[in-house]
Amino acid sequence: MDPSASIAAGQGLPPAELPVEAIPSSRAQRASARRERLALLVKRPAFLIGAGVMVFWIVCAVLGARITPYDPFNGFSLGRQPPSAQHLFGTDRIGRDVLSRVMVGSRDVLIVAPLAALLGVFIGTLLGLVMGFYRGIVDDILSRIVEAFLALPVILVALLTLVVLGSSSLVVIFVVGILFAPIVARTVRSAVLSERQLDYVEAARLRGESGPFILAREIFPNVLGPTIVELTVRFGYAIFTVATLSFLGVGLQPPSPDWGLSVSQEYTNMISGIWWPTFFPALAIASTVIAINLIADSLQSVMNE
Amino acid sequence: MVRYLLRRLVLGLITLWLLATIVFAITNILPTDVGRTILGPFAPPETVAALNERLGTNRPIPVRYADSIVGLVTLNFGDSFVNGQAVLPQVLGAVGRSAKLAALALLITIPLSIAAGLYAARRRDQFADRAIVLAGVTLSSIPEFVTGTILVVVVGVQLKLLPVLATAPENADLPTQIRFLLLPAVAMAIVYFGYIARMTRAGTIDVLQSDYIRTATMKGLTTLQTMRRHVLRNALVPTIAVIAVQIGYLFGGIIAVEKIFNYNGMGATMLYAAQRKDLPMLTAGVIVIGIVYMVATLVADLIIAWMNPRIRLEAER
Repeated sequence: MDPSASIAAGQGLPPAELPVEAIPSSRAQRASARRERLALLVKRPAFLIGAGVMVFWIVCAVLGARITPYDPFNGFSLGRQPPSAQHLFGTDRIGRDVLSRVMVGSRDVLIVAPLAALLGVFIGTLLGLVMGFYRGIVDDILSRIVEAFLALPVILVALLTLVVLGSSSLVVIFVVGILFAPIVARTVRSAVLSERQLDYVEAARLRGESGPFILAREIFPNVLGPTIVELTVRFGYAIFTVATLSFLGVGLQPPSPDWGLSVSQEYTNMISGIWWPTFFPALAIASTVIAINLIADSLQSVMNE
Repeated sequence: MVRYLLRRLVLGLITLWLLATIVFAITNILPTDVGRTILGPFAPPETVAALNERLGTNRPIPVRYADSIVGLVTLNFGDSFVNGQAVLPQVLGAVGRSAKLAALALLITIPLSIAAGLYAARRRDQFADRAIVLAGVTLSSIPEFVTGTILVVVVGVQLKLLPVLATAPENADLPTQIRFLLLPAVAMAIVYFGYIARMTRAGTIDVLQSDYIRTATMKGLTTLQTMRRHVLRNALVPTIAVIAVQIGYLFGGIIAVEKIFNYNGMGATMLYAAQRKDLPMLTAGVIVIGIVYMVATLVADLIIAWMNPRIRLEAER
């Protein structure tokens, strides 16, 4: 290929595709594009509903026992009371107010799940960038390993690993994060594959920029969109996974008021008609994962527009 | 076609070997002392040493690794730490019982979600389409045990329509068995509805925009004829791929569903093994599910290649 032609093509690209330092105005343009996308985002009812629900749970997590009607940990009254005016969601098997426990139950999962998602996206993005950019033998080997990880249900491998390592919040974060990394790597890899064929990468190469520099400064900013979408999607799945692991008894541990853990402690009483200590934490989990997915879905459509 | 099949088989075996290596690393390299991991921090050192001796976990790691790979090839995953019997028959029995539940879930979800996906694609960007897409995204994001709990409370406890425990009485006839499995199967079907419907919708939209569909319409075929002869065959390719992937993943979600509905399958076996730290049982379970996943995706690839010669030819090149 004629080098001058490809450099000319590189200059023909919109300024946002070139390094920030090269064209000062591109930073302002990027910022305005970001504002435009934000405006599109807040116009979507799905996004607003999702964000509203998440703000509610975050406020509950931050303020905790200060805003609950009863003490969520030691406020004992008569056990297994059905929902009433005093206890809107009833009381659990040892007489704690279910509403108060559900309100503070968001705290642990809202710390563990985002950290797990962040770890997974961080490792996965690194892997995906390297696999997509260098191709060849590195890509072949890593792809096979990714494929092997993908052949296993996350819950099952997480169960095995947590049995071996013992359960603590930190271990849950690491296990879920590492198990998510291959899934992220695959997404990022395919985004990089389509980017690396574009002229601006060729132009950077002809300028004599090194591989790692091109990856970090040229390609990464352009796959940031899918990476952010992936982060929100993984956040939703992290809540899904951590809640399930807690329900199985290998996730968050007592005395956490975590929702999945509450369901696992109370579900056997459902058959005898005591449904409220199980039902309301389950609804709380459903509301959170739905909210995150509404946000992720809106982000994705706005990015594609 | 034979070359394509062989290539896929070899790749599958490599993946299986890597998978076994990952599982070996989790169970043998992560814990520095397997006996200690099983017995806990308070067991006397002599007991731990004796257990390591009995399990062979005091041997060097390369020896244990070679042993586990030989075990994989000869399909011998060792004996249970708990009951001393070979783990593979126990795992296979459990997988069989879970397969009943999984099959019912797939039987419910596949026709419904394909129909919903086709319907949504035909009414692209209209209200029905948006509603199906939104419902799919929403439902597939809820963990199976949460859907299960809500179903138990609403359908089982409040409306008293269906049994809330999945295990039918001994020697029950098929309709009774299905009645008992219906609630847990629906709990799983709901999660997979979203994935399959979305794939079908995306595949159909792709095909509907292609030139050959315009040709088919212009040469005067009715909508039904076009759909049956031209659209379905191509649009279902991504759907079949996603169903195959979900068959493997179904066995992850089934663990929690079996716990909620007190069903004695794969989930119950794995959870019991997890409580007792029965590592051979857990290892065999993970690898068997990995094999299920790979067989399912292999079969799906063959179906796709058979349905769509273009993919077959491309793969052979």
